[in-house]
Amino acid sequence: MRKWILFFTSERNQKIIVPFLAVMLGFLVGALVMLFSGYNPVEAYLALLKGAGLLGNIKRFGDTLLSMTTLTLTGLSVAFAFRTGLFNIGAAGQMLMGGFVAVYVGVTLSLPWVVHMLLAVFAAVLTGALWAFLPGLLKAKFKIHEVVTTIMMNWIAYWSVYYLVPTYIPGHFNTESIPIKPTATLRVEWLTQLFHGSYVNIGLFFALAAVVIIWWVMEKTVFGYELKAVGFNGQAAKYAGMKVSRNIILSMMIAGGLAGLAGAVFYLGYTDNIKIGVLPSQGFDGIAVALLGLNNPFGVALAAFLFGFMNAGKLFMQSATAVPNELVPIINAIIIFFAAIYLMIKIWLQKIGKRFSEGGGDE
Amino acid sequence: MWDAITSIVPLALTYTAPLLVIAIGGLFSERSGVVNIGLEGLMGIGAFTSAFMISTTYGSLGDVAIWLGLAAAALSGGVFSLLHAFASVTMKADQVVSGTAVNILSSAITVYLARSLTGSANIQIIKGLIRFNVPGLSAIPVMGPLFFQNANIAIFIVLLIVLISWYVLYRLPFGLRLRACGENPHAADSMGVNVIKMRYAGVFISGILAGLGGGFVITTYSGEFSPLVYSGLGFLALAALIFGKWNPWGVLGAALFFGFAKTVADMSRLFEALKTMPNILFNTFPYVATIVALVLFSKNAAGPRAAGEPYDVGKR
Repeated sequence: MRKWILFFTSERNQKIIVPFLAVMLGFLVGALVMLFSGYNPVEAYLALLKGAGLLGNIKRFGDTLLSMTTLTLTGLSVAFAFRTGLFNIGAAGQMLMGGFVAVYVGVTLSLPWVVHMLLAVFAAVLTGALWAFLPGLLKAKFKIHEVVTTIMMNWIAYWSVYYLVPTYIPGHFNTESIPIKPTATLRVEWLTQLFHGSYVNIGLFFALAAVVIIWWVMEKTVFGYELKAVGFNGQAAKYAGMKVSRNIILSMMIAGGLAGLAGAVFYLGYTDNIKIGVLPSQGFDGIAVALLGLNNPFGVALAAFLFGFMNAGKLFMQSATAVPNELVPIINAIIIFFAAIYLMIKIWLQKIGKRFSEGGGDE
Repeated sequence: MWDAITSIVPLALTYTAPLLVIAIGGLFSERSGVVNIGLEGLMGIGAFTSAFMISTTYGSLGDVAIWLGLAAAALSGGVFSLLHAFASVTMKADQVVSGTAVNILSSAITVYLARSLTGSANIQIIKGLIRFNVPGLSAIPVMGPLFFQNANIAIFIVLLIVLISWYVLYRLPFGLRLRACGENPHAADSMGVNVIKMRYAGVFISGILAGLGGGFVITTYSGEFSPLVYSGLGFLALAALIFGKWNPWGVLGAALFFGFAKTVADMSRLFEALKTMPNILFNTFPYVATIVALVLFSKNAAGPRAAGEPYDVGKR
C-alpha cells in the first residue's frame, strides 16, 4: 500500500499519472452520465472503439487518423503558445480564416496538382499567422491580454467568413462555398486505397512534420530558447538582451500559422468546402489536447490521437447504441476540468507523499 | 424611414435584454476577481432549462410556466457556475481554462440531455413572453411607438436588474467588499473580508444572471432550444462588459449599442436604405470596437486589477 502511495505522489511519476488520471476520470464521468440517462456504458464505449476502427476496421482507423490530423495542429498551436507564455484561445478563428483563404485559393486558381495544393496550404498558414499578428502586437505594445483579443478575433473571423463565402465563392446552398478544384485537394490515391476509402490525407504528414519541427525549434535552437525565456520571465529576457516585443509577436504568429495549417488540412483534406455560421470546435479541443499532452509536441500528438479516435467513433456510437454523440465533448470537458485543477491536486498528493516518506504512514 | 426605425427599435430592445443581463452577470464575476469566459455556457444552461421546463409544464400550468421556466433558468445557471467557482476559486485553476471547460461541458450536456429526453436536439416552447402596449405610456408621441408599443417585458425586467446591480455594487457594503476582492484581495482580507466567499458570490450571481439571460433568449426571440443557441451571445456580452469599462451604466450603453448593431445587421436585407451596406460591418462592429476600446483604455487600466489571478494568502 505504502509503495503505491509513494508511486502516485512522487514528482517524477506525475507527468504520466496526471494525464492518465484525467482520461480515466473523463471516461468514468462519461459512464456515470450514461448510467443516469439509462444507457449501457460498456456497450457505448465498445461501439466508440469499434467506430474508431480500433477493433480492426481499416477505413474507420483512417478516419481516426484524419481526425487526429487537425487536432494535432490545433493542439500544437495552443501548446506552442503556452510554452511561450501566451494563451491562444483564438486557434478556432485562425483555423477558420486560414481555411477560408485555402478554399478561396482552391476554388479560384487553376494550377497543376502539387503547385495548387501547396499554394493553398501556404496561403492558409500565412493567413493564420496574420490573424494572430494583431493579438501579438497588442500584447507586446499595449500589454492587452491576448485571451480577450483572440476571443474577439474569433468572432471577427466568424462574421467575416459569414459574409465572404456567400459574396465571393457561393456554393449550391447559401450557407456554404463551392467545392475546391481537385487540383487543390490533399487527398492522394494511394493513401485512400491503403485505408479503404477513408479521407485520411497527406495533411497527416504535414502535422507529424510540424510536431518534429516545433519540438526541434523549442528544444534545440537559440530562437526557441529565446521565445520560451520571454514567456517565462519577460523582464529577465529583456535584461539579457532579447527582443521581447518581437518575440511575443513571433510566438503568437507561429501559433496562428499552426492553426492556419489546421484549417488547410481540415477544409482541403476533408470537407472540400467551407460552411458559414460555424466556429470550428477543433480550435477549442486544441486546448484540451495541449493540456493533456503537457504542452510537449509529442505528447500533443498522442493526446490528439486519443481525442481523434473519440471524435471519429462518436457518430457510429450514436447510431449503434443511441447514446448521443455529445457524450464525447462531455468527456473532453471533464478532462479539461481535471487538467485545470491538477496543480492543487498535485500539491495535495505531495503533502500526502511527504507524510508517508517521512516515516509515518502505517500499513 | 420612420417605419424602419419603429420596427427596428423594439426588436433591438428585445435582443438587448438577454445580452445586457448576461453582461451584468459577467460584471459581478469580474468585479469579484474571477474572469468568466464561461458566460456563453451558463447562458446555454439557462436556455435549455427554461425550454425544458416550459415545454413540460405549460400544458398544466399555463402562463405561470413561463415565469417558472425563467426562475429555473436562473437557478440552473447559478448552480452550474459553481463548477467554475470551485475550479477557479477553491482549486486556484487557470480561470480561462476553467471557463473554456464550462463552455464545452454546457453545450455538450444540454444537447446530450435534449437528445435523450426528446429524441432530437431541439426543444420547442408553445408560448413565450408576449409583446404588449404599456397602458398610458404607449400613447406618448415619438417615445410611445419606440419604447412602449409592442414592447417586451423582458427589457423592463433587465433594466430593473441593472439599477439594482448598480445599487448593490456601489451603495451597499456587500458591493464594496466584492469590488475590493477584485482590486486588492489582500487588503480586503486584512480588513476581515472573506475573499473566497465573496468570489463564490460573484461567480454565483454571474451564473444566475447569465442563466436568466438564456431564459430570455428562449422566451423572447428564439422560441426553441437548439444547438444554435450557442452562437456567441455570451462572448458578445463579454465584449459589452469590456467596452462598457466594467461599470453598470457603461455596460448598459455598450449592450444597447451592440444590440442595435446586431439587429441592423440581421435586418439590413429588409430595408432599402440599408441594403447596400454589407452585414459584415455591423456584425463585426462590436468586436472591432472592443479591441479599439482596449487600446484606448490601455494607458490607465480600466478593469478590476486582480481579475484573473487566484487568491493566494501567502503571495503579495
